This record gives sequence, C-alpha cells and structure tokens, in this order.
Amino acid sequence: MACFLASILIITLLAFIIGEILVNAWPAMSKFGLGFISGIQWSPNRGVFGVLPVLIGTAASSFLALLLALPLGLAIAIFLSEDFFPIPVRQVIRFVVETLAAIPSVVYGLWGIFVVIPLVQQYGAVLASKFGFIPFLSGPAYGNSLLTASLVLALMVLPTITAISRSSLVAVPYSLREGSYALGATRWETILRVIIPTAAPGIVASAILGFGRAMGETMAVAMLIGNSQRLSWSLLSPSNTLSALLANQFAEADGIQVSALMYAAGVLVMLTLGVNIAGEAVLRRTKKATAGLG
Amino acid sequence: MPNEEHAATPPEDFERPLELTDDFTPGESNFIKVDNFKFFYGKKEALHGINLKIPSRKVTSFIGPSGCGKSTLLRNFNRMNELIPGVHHEGDITIHGMSIYDPSVEIIALRRRIGMVFQKSNPFPMSIYENIVYPLRIAGQNTRSVLDETVERCLRSAALWDEAKDRLNDSALGLSGGQMQRLCIARAVASRPEILLMDEPCSALDPIATAKVEELIIELKKDFTIVIVTHNMQQASRVSELTAFFYLGNLIEFDNTRKIFTNPSMKQTEEYITGRFG
Repeated sequence: MACFLASILIITLLAFIIGEILVNAWPAMSKFGLGFISGIQWSPNRGVFGVLPVLIGTAASSFLALLLALPLGLAIAIFLSEDFFPIPVRQVIRFVVETLAAIPSVVYGLWGIFVVIPLVQQYGAVLASKFGFIPFLSGPAYGNSLLTASLVLALMVLPTITAISRSSLVAVPYSLREGSYALGATRWETILRVIIPTAAPGIVASAILGFGRAMGETMAVAMLIGNSQRLSWSLLSPSNTLSALLANQFAEADGIQVSALMYAAGVLVMLTLGVNIAGEAVLRRTKKATAGLG
Repeated sequence: MPNEEHAATPPEDFERPLELTDDFTPGESNFIKVDNFKFFYGKKEALHGINLKIPSRKVTSFIGPSGCGKSTLLRNFNRMNELIPGVHHEGDITIHGMSIYDPSVEIIALRRRIGMVFQKSNPFPMSIYENIVYPLRIAGQNTRSVLDETVERCLRSAALWDEAKDRLNDSALGLSGGQMQRLCIARAVASRPEILLMDEPCSALDPIATAKVEELIIELKKDFTIVIVTHNMQQASRVSELTAFFYLGNLIEFDNTRKIFTNPSMKQTEEYITGRFG
C-alpha cells in the first residue's frame, strides 16, 4: 500500500513538474511557436529567442562524448567480463569505474577548469594551426569549448556505458561460448563474432542511456562549454547546451526570458525522456531476447 | 561433471581386465585410444586410469550414473575440459596414433577435427546460414560458393534441408527445439570432422525430436566416428554398436551393446541396466 502510494506520488510529481514547465513556458510558446526551435538568435536584450545553436551544441557535445566513451567503455566491459585478469584485479577496475559515477558534477567541472581547459588550449592551438582547414578544427582554440565539455562528459558517462555493457556481456550464456570454442574458435574470435553480437542490443542500450545522461548533464558542462549561442563548426569554439543555458541564465532572467527558458526546459525534458525511454525499451527487449538463449 | 559424494573408492571387483566379445575385433580399426587416463578437477580425481579403444565409424555410447565421469572423458577428446581452471590429467589419449596432448598439436586444429554437440542446443543468435558457416568463416573461408555448398551439405546430413532451405537467412532462434539441435549437428559437421562427440544430445528434446536425432546418428556413422554420452539406456541400445559403462570414475565394462544389455559381465553393469541404482 505504501509502495503504491509512493509510486502514485512519483507519477503525480512528474506530471506536476511537466505541467508547471508548460504553464510557465506558455507565453513563450504562444509568442515564438516552433520558430523557437529553428531560430538561431538568442538575444534577451532584443527579446529574440531561438535555441537551434543550443540544440546543436547539446546534440554535438553528447554525441562527441559518446564517440569517445563508447569504445573505451566497451573495452573495459569486455575486460571485466572475460577472465583476462584475475578476479581481484577486475573488482578493483570495476570499483574505480563505478566510483566515477559517484563524483559530484561540480568536481568534474573544477577538474575540467584546472586540467582539461589548459590542455585543450595548448593542444587545440596546435591542432588549429596544423588542421585548421578542417572546419571542425578551425581556430582560434578557446579553452572553454565544445571539445572540453565533451572530454569531461565522456568520462562522466563512462560508468553508465561500462556497467550496462558489462552486464549484457555477462548475460551471454556460457553454452554459446562453449559452442564457439568447440568449433575451433579462439578466444578473440569468440568475443568478436559471438559474444559481442549477442550482447549488441545491450551495448546499444548502454550507448543510448549514456547519450541521455550526457544530454541532461548540467553543472560540469555549464562550467566548461563557454556558454555561447553562436553557431560554429569548430569543436574548439565555445558552444552551449540546453541544460547549461538554463543553469547560466535563470538567476538573472525576468519576463519573457523566464518563459523562454521554461520553453527550453520543456524541450530538454522531452529529449531526455525520449532518449531514456528508447534506451530502456532496447534494454528490455535485450533481456527478453537473451533469456530465451542457450 | 564431478560429483563429490562419489569421490572415494573404486569398486572391489574392478581389477578384472576388459575383454571384448562377439563381432567386434579389437585392434582392427582403433581410432581413439585412451591410455591409463586420469583426470583431476583441482585435487579431486574424476577419472581413475581409464583404458579404452574406440573404433572408427561406429557409434560408441558412454553410460553410467551422474558423476561417473562419462562426460568428463568425452570432453577430454577435444580438450574442452581445459576451459575449466585448475584441471590436469595423467596418461594419454591418441587419435590415429597421435597424442592429442603432443606439443605440436594445436588445440584449434584438434577441435576442428572433432565436432561436438551439447546437451542443450546452442545456436548462435544469427541466421541459420551463418550458424553453419561459422567454423568456415573463422578458418578464413569466405568464398560464397564454398559456403553455399557447405550449408546444403550440412543441412542435408542433419536432415534439416527440407525444413530450412527456404529460410536460411532467418534467425536460427526461430527454429523448434529439435530443429535447433539438428542445426547444431549440421554446424558441428561443417568443417568435415572425423569424430562427432555428443553430450546427451537428446536430453532436452521431446520423443519425436529424439527419434529424429537418433535416426540421424545412425545415418551419420557412415561418415563419422561417433561417441555419445546418454542417460537414456534405450537410446544407447538403439543407436550404438558399443557401450561403455562408467561408475565412480572407472570404466567398469566396455563391450558390444547387445552383450552389455543382454548379458553383462559385471554385477554393477547389470544393476545399473536393470535400474537398481543410478
């Protein structure tokens, strides 16, 4: 009974939050309509609000973080699920990766400011001078940039990707492994051709949920991304994400700007909700599929 | 699998040498030779010095109560037991006179010469076609015509061609239990092994699917030396020419199947056959 009430409470709370956002966003929604989504100008002084550059920044930083974290996370997951190392070593690695998830976002932000920003400034300048003809790497190289935020985000989503990938790799029935070995496969042939394909839906789910985590991440990104609503191709330029935009502007906003920020919050909630539901759906289907195996 | 309770002493009257009778002449076509073979899981001795000669192109069944060592011995023929940490062996197993433990033997090559079918069918979550060509692909064979030819040959020899030929690209997981097991047999013969090991291949199947697999086993012995572990004594008597009875890690009796089931030499064999234990 208590559990039932608690779950009702949670659902009510979620409905209330979304409702509140919609009510407050309504003035901006009725004023800007869908032009809000496609608009490239965010200029509170002139009363012009468009979030396209911020949407692009959100997608780009999350995608780049995923691009960096997925191969690393998958590699760690493979090493944790196979017996390359003795169990105590694997437990230590697993503990360290899980600890990454427990570090507060603001600490990542500080670490980014003191460690990653100087590095990106230094090597970004080299990259921009050598490969500046590629739009993604054109200069000048700012420290507060999309790249900096993505690097830190990659580290932050690593535990999500590793944990979910690992559990889907571990769930591959032993009988499949045995079958592959009995046919004359080596360990790596078995991993690459049987185990990873069997766990693939779970790995995809880990990527989607990691992406969702990166999209919603606020504090560290707000500290690192540079908070610029200008469109730029370069990864070395400042950018912005929906969550960082909200965090940075809410305190000083009034009037229609508050409503515009609420509108942006609504967009963010819809995006993260959609991505998370998609990830959970894939994960659930995976569990069903592997339950019938072996 | 090892069974802790049965670890202790071998039966008293075990020392008697094994004699083969009737229509099988030992030494004629010995193919797999097990020579004073002992096997250990950690410190526990699961097989106590087994001597056995398995002839070529016949079906030999291993019977005996759970924990008697029959599966352990079977899984040594393709060295699958070595996947388990902490195991070791004494004595030798030879195939065609060549020790499988010779340093020059590559375990991968050995397993390619020996197909294995497991208790629970284990098709990979890929198409029927890709399941069968898996051993070829890992051997680097990707020529379409060779793969196509192999798929047809293997599905025909597993009596699955007519049922599967129109759905080769469908997932293997959509097959019925019996079809999946026959697919695993088809996959096991894809790299043209000489020996086929079957570890209780029908224990998860219904009677109709079992009958089909048994027919298949009788058909396959023309081309393969088959060793089958079974708990089903009717199955042993139906499919095999030779039967070996194991108990507590010892080989108690090895003889023509007819002799084992009608007139066993050893008391324990008789007791097991007649269902007094096991």
